[in-house]
Amino acid sequence: MTETAETPAPAVELAGVGKIFTARRGVVEALQEIDLTIARGEFVALIGPSGCGKSTLLRIIADLLTPTAGTVLVNGKPARRARLDQDYGIAFQQAGLLDWRTVQANIELPLELHGIDRGKRRARAAELIELVGLGEFASHRPPQLSGGMQQRVAIARALAESPTLLLMDEPFGALDEMTRERMQNELVRIAGETGAAVVFVTHSIPEAVFLSDRVAVMSARPGRISDVVPVDLGARTDDTREEPRFYAAITQVREALRGRPVPKTADVEASVEQAKGAL
Amino acid sequence: MNLTARRAADNLLPPLIFGVAFIAAWQLLVRAFNIRTFVLPAPTDIWTAFGDQHSRITTAAGHSGLNALVGLIVGAVVGVLLAAIASRIPILGGAITPVVAGLAALPIVALAPLLNNMYSPLSTLPRREVVAISAFVPVFFNVLRGLSQLTPVHRELMQSYAASQTEVLRVIRIPNALPHFFTGLRVASSLAVIAAVVSEYFGGLQDGLGSRITSSVGASDYAAAWASVLGAVVLGLIFYVGALLLERLVLGNRAAPAT
Repeated sequence: MTETAETPAPAVELAGVGKIFTARRGVVEALQEIDLTIARGEFVALIGPSGCGKSTLLRIIADLLTPTAGTVLVNGKPARRARLDQDYGIAFQQAGLLDWRTVQANIELPLELHGIDRGKRRARAAELIELVGLGEFASHRPPQLSGGMQQRVAIARALAESPTLLLMDEPFGALDEMTRERMQNELVRIAGETGAAVVFVTHSIPEAVFLSDRVAVMSARPGRISDVVPVDLGARTDDTREEPRFYAAITQVREALRGRPVPKTADVEASVEQAKGAL
Repeated sequence: MNLTARRAADNLLPPLIFGVAFIAAWQLLVRAFNIRTFVLPAPTDIWTAFGDQHSRITTAAGHSGLNALVGLIVGAVVGVLLAAIASRIPILGGAITPVVAGLAALPIVALAPLLNNMYSPLSTLPRREVVAISAFVPVFFNVLRGLSQLTPVHRELMQSYAASQTEVLRVIRIPNALPHFFTGLRVASSLAVIAAVVSEYFGGLQDGLGSRITSSVGASDYAAAWASVLGAVVLGLIFYVGALLLERLVLGNRAAPAT
């Protein structure tokens, strides 16, 4: 009997994580005493002002950066082991596609690097192309696609190896508002279908609220998690963005970002209702 | 007319009109001011000389063309190899790059008399060496640039895949360097013909276009000299178009890189 089969380790466990950058002009403490546990299948947004270290924290989970203090476990393993085992998929603000490869070949890239045979690669890529709604574009090249479509390809590529954890660094940051909301709807659906946990870096409050089960609010200099706001919006639909409890959650996160005590959900909802009545 | 044909016509028409106008003006000026042949022959005189000496110019162009081709291939291969080494081993890169920059600053034909002196007067080698050195420089710099460009996103992505340096080279650096290589090759192909023709001015085996130009001038047959120059122009165009076609063939519709 293995222990992990009965109580699976959380997707991410951060304990006392700190990061100090030593530059020529001195020492910058980017992160201090970060404790955060993300359950399997949970969607957590990291939000905070520029320079609060949210992207640094994501890269530490990805083992693209090494912390100077604390421990990082991904699926119960050290971050480095998890990276070598391809436990996570990652997407950045820039899609970072290879322009000379077709959409399909871009999605196959990680599979190809890890020696998956051609037939299986094809099948998996076809599945993912359907998942991200790019059915007709499999043989297109990235420069022929819009920014939103390129991000879909990048997300499909991140999902190629069916990771249990998806790390996303402002993937919709460069998209226009309409596209952005559509991509958010898609991501909620995809995360639900794949059952992957997601760590999502953003500086958009509505985006964090719409997507997440919990929003980790960070403050800058030194970067630390100042609050964790649970968001309970049930199943997300297009109408979610119109609901009072959505606005209530936005208010909670905004207050937390301002460093004020987070108001209770019920109180905020009541005042939102009141405001509506006044209109 | 379909779109591609129309675009081709749009691209070809302006230079064609300009070329015809330029030659017509040349002809008119020479005739109107009665310019002497040894100063500037009229295009019709050059054309006649070209017709008369057609077979000799073609033979000479064949020799120069072969020198240019062999030198170009050797230069390109060496350029690619050294760029690969320079990008892979930074210490060597730091050592090689300034030397190549020095080579680029040196008018390479200045080496021609020295190289001619090293070999027998019947050797084809010195001219080909001059060509190879000239062609090597642009190929080296362009390929090095292509191999060295690795955006932070791609670097982090490959790191997340736990990819080795060899895999990064195969999957990103080499495909990324390919358009740069062809940019370098296009520049090198023109340089190769120039180097092959000009290096004959400084001695060595006299069977190419360069020696036809000097010997015609020596014999005061200026129209014939200009006819050989025309041969060199055609040869240069053949090389350039050849490089361009090879690029199209390999890259297909991939966009050219910003240079």
